[in-house]
Amino acid sequence: MPSAAPNPATTINEPVQYAVEMRGIVKRFPGVVANDGIDLIVERGEIHALLGENGAGKSTLMNNLFGLYHPDEGEIRVNGRPAAFAGPRAAVEAGLGMVHQHFMLIPRFTVTENVILGSEGPGTVLDRDAATAEVARLAEEYGLRVDARAKVEDLPVGMQQRVEILRALYQGGRTLILDEPTALLTPQEVDELYAILRRLRAGGGTVIFITHKLREVAAISDRVTVIRRGKTVGTRITAATTAPELAELLVGREVLLRVNRPPASPGEPILVAENLHATGSRGEAALRGASLTLRRGEILGISGVEGNGQTELVEILAGLRKPDSGRVLLRGQDVTAAGPHERRRSGLSYIPEDRHNRGLVLDFSLSENILLGNADDPPFSRFGRILPRFVRSLTQRLMKQFDVRAPAPETPARSLSGGNQQKLIIARELHREPDALLAVQPTRGLDVGAIEFVHRSLVNERDKGRGVILISFDLDEILDLSDRILVLYAGDFTGEFESGQVHRTELGLRMGGKSSDDQPTAAVTD
Amino acid sequence: MTNPPPPSRTDPDDQPGAVADPGAGDGRGISERLSANSLVSALLSSTSAVAVALVLGAFVILISGDDPITAYRALFSGSLGDLRGISETLVAATPLILAGLGFAVAFRAGLFNIGLEGQVVLGGLAAGLVATYNLGPWPVALPLTLGAAALAGGLWAALAGALKAKSGASEVITTIMLNYLAFRLATWAVGAEDLLPVNPGLQSTTRGRVESTLATFPEMIAWLDERIWLPGWLAGVGEDNLRVHAGIILALIAAVILWYVIFKTTFGYKVRTVGLSRGAAAYAGFSWGLTITLAMAISGVLAGLAGAGETLGLYQGQFYNSASGLGFTAIAVGLVGRNHPGGVILAGLLFGILKSGATEMQNSAGTSKELVQILQALVILAIAGFAASGRLNLRSRFRSRSTSPPAASPTPARP
Repeated sequence: MPSAAPNPATTINEPVQYAVEMRGIVKRFPGVVANDGIDLIVERGEIHALLGENGAGKSTLMNNLFGLYHPDEGEIRVNGRPAAFAGPRAAVEAGLGMVHQHFMLIPRFTVTENVILGSEGPGTVLDRDAATAEVARLAEEYGLRVDARAKVEDLPVGMQQRVEILRALYQGGRTLILDEPTALLTPQEVDELYAILRRLRAGGGTVIFITHKLREVAAISDRVTVIRRGKTVGTRITAATTAPELAELLVGREVLLRVNRPPASPGEPILVAENLHATGSRGEAALRGASLTLRRGEILGISGVEGNGQTELVEILAGLRKPDSGRVLLRGQDVTAAGPHERRRSGLSYIPEDRHNRGLVLDFSLSENILLGNADDPPFSRFGRILPRFVRSLTQRLMKQFDVRAPAPETPARSLSGGNQQKLIIARELHREPDALLAVQPTRGLDVGAIEFVHRSLVNERDKGRGVILISFDLDEILDLSDRILVLYAGDFTGEFESGQVHRTELGLRMGGKSSDDQPTAAVTD
Repeated sequence: MTNPPPPSRTDPDDQPGAVADPGAGDGRGISERLSANSLVSALLSSTSAVAVALVLGAFVILISGDDPITAYRALFSGSLGDLRGISETLVAATPLILAGLGFAVAFRAGLFNIGLEGQVVLGGLAAGLVATYNLGPWPVALPLTLGAAALAGGLWAALAGALKAKSGASEVITTIMLNYLAFRLATWAVGAEDLLPVNPGLQSTTRGRVESTLATFPEMIAWLDERIWLPGWLAGVGEDNLRVHAGIILALIAAVILWYVIFKTTFGYKVRTVGLSRGAAAYAGFSWGLTITLAMAISGVLAGLAGAGETLGLYQGQFYNSASGLGFTAIAVGLVGRNHPGGVILAGLLFGILKSGATEMQNSAGTSKELVQILQALVILAIAGFAASGRLNLRSRFRSRSTSPPAASPTPARP
């Protein structure tokens, strides 16, 4: 166990090739083997992607490294020295730094206060000015443009992540572990994160980049280690591998990365929104005259950076909110005043963005979740009494049809993987055979296999003559699936494109409120 | 009539704080309840919690210089050893079960009804007031008096529900406020000469009429025995002058109805949905505000009936202060019973046993009656402890599932 903290300045001179070596790591939990002989060798000064599906054992592995768990078997070395950390503090002292997926920041503290948290030093008086200067210097050095005096709660998500990175650096971290760091970022923020990581690498730092997205592996990493079901299935040099090869390693079978999508044949309009205006939660004009027309047999993609009116648009279309003005027509009927239940009856299904707090009741069984939104309708209930036998057999049928992997309809939804939870929602929403489907971020947080399933379901619905609205912050998803793309910016649609006739750069610019006529450099927003 | 139950003055002070944590734990525990074998595990963990509490209590008795075995023997023989003991146990359990059911239904909707005490008092008051007037034979008078109690308790609680629905006011605060209002209202009503025909000799004058409205249990048995055949020993109960009253039947019926409503109807489904996820309720398209207001009303109805049982069945006319403290103990009953009607019955009986056995324990074992309150507190703490450890298990199960190889896990993830 390392007693003294190795000074980063001295360790850098040691002839050690590897920043992190994990060999034959086994970690068992009651009933499961989370890590079943994983090898992960990370060289100094490289960006190493750790690729694996949800549940493959990535987080367990990093917790083993960080001293949060203690592996049952295997050897860990950090900078060439045997490392069996008693806890995160020892790991930090050995030069490791963790940037969590969900930030561990105190919103009401300033950037500096958050950065120095846990390493305030001895004594009772805090030298705030010295700390601020040091934080500002670090931020300058690595290009982490962030105001050291700003309160964290006032910062956008991308900035908050920089504060996390700063904290790891401030604590002396030379090897940073980033756990799914792009999950909450906009495309621009992702690009900026990449730039920061490259600068870290240039300064001799090492990065372990945990992800389940192939695109990110290709974009940022030097080498990639793929783990599946608790085992290392391969390490590749990123430049020498291909996305299909990685996907096959990842899933264990061949995967269609792009869903096969024959040309659309749009029919009559099914869902129409006219001149919608809405006020956001902070009193701002969230929607400013947005109009759209969804036709049968098409997937209408709505792209845009989060916070440009998507929330309000979705809620108005789903009936969860009334617009300040404007109207919504479903199958030609004015449903502006109708609530979600009425719209559902009129043929609108809705896959919400928030699986855990909206689409499902996690503590309910699968059957009870199938009831959600259907409870008042025959044949789910009669005279206020739920008909449990119907609900159970329907659930069983849907579980089979939509490949929801769970032991029984009585299983709590909480115990399902994210992909299976999403399949349950899709099963419930599609079994009603809706005329229009509103899918919001339908693949967020899902792994490659589940994404393939969701995408296939959406295209199938389209091919059955249903209208699908796809709202996503993932530009690639929009480009892959949409027959027509609308760009939502600052509460209105600023562009409409036919499928295949637009490049992602153009879309990215539109999403930032620019068009290709503007200077390309202006795409970096701050 | 024997002396009134031991005063539980300390209850209102201790228990709301003590139960706050098990409340949080039980919210998570609901998920475990959903499949059949987890019902067993819920029962098991509650039972073990009680066992742990009894063992810890034995140490307390030892420290206070008494013999735990003698004390516990007295506790259980006093509460279960003979007909009178069983009668007193049921007498104590009756309002606890009813009000505990009230707590459970509010909790299922995500509300913490601390106002049970006030709703019990108002229910008792309303039942007593209505019973004061000559309403005719019991088939007419009984529904009227019980209806008045249900209405009073229900409206009082619905007020807190509606306030939360309209303005988001925390029901924890408003129900505590409403408690004080209810206490003052009851004090005023009992003393108001215009309101009642006769005062202050109310007790003696109303008793005759009240007795005819909610027959005491032995009288009811005797009545049934005249018309239908009943086993001899049950008929014998009628001869004894026991305090057990028909409120226990009311409580059991209420538990069955509530179980059906919560788990078998669309309304109960909505109540549970609202309690677990407000977002999902909105998504499904039903009103959160209306659902919590109705759930709160039902909670108050049950508490009001608990008060009616005390007024009409037990004290037969004395209807203020009779309920003192039981609304707070009922919170513990709801939580120990895991907010399941069946569990509430068992927990109500347990607390009834502790209460009715306390006197015997003091008389024959010399152990202070107050030890029972320590035991109650220990049960609550043990339940909280088990709930917390259950939550830990759940969390680690969840964690290992999310990081585990799908093949080894019982619910395989994607291939």
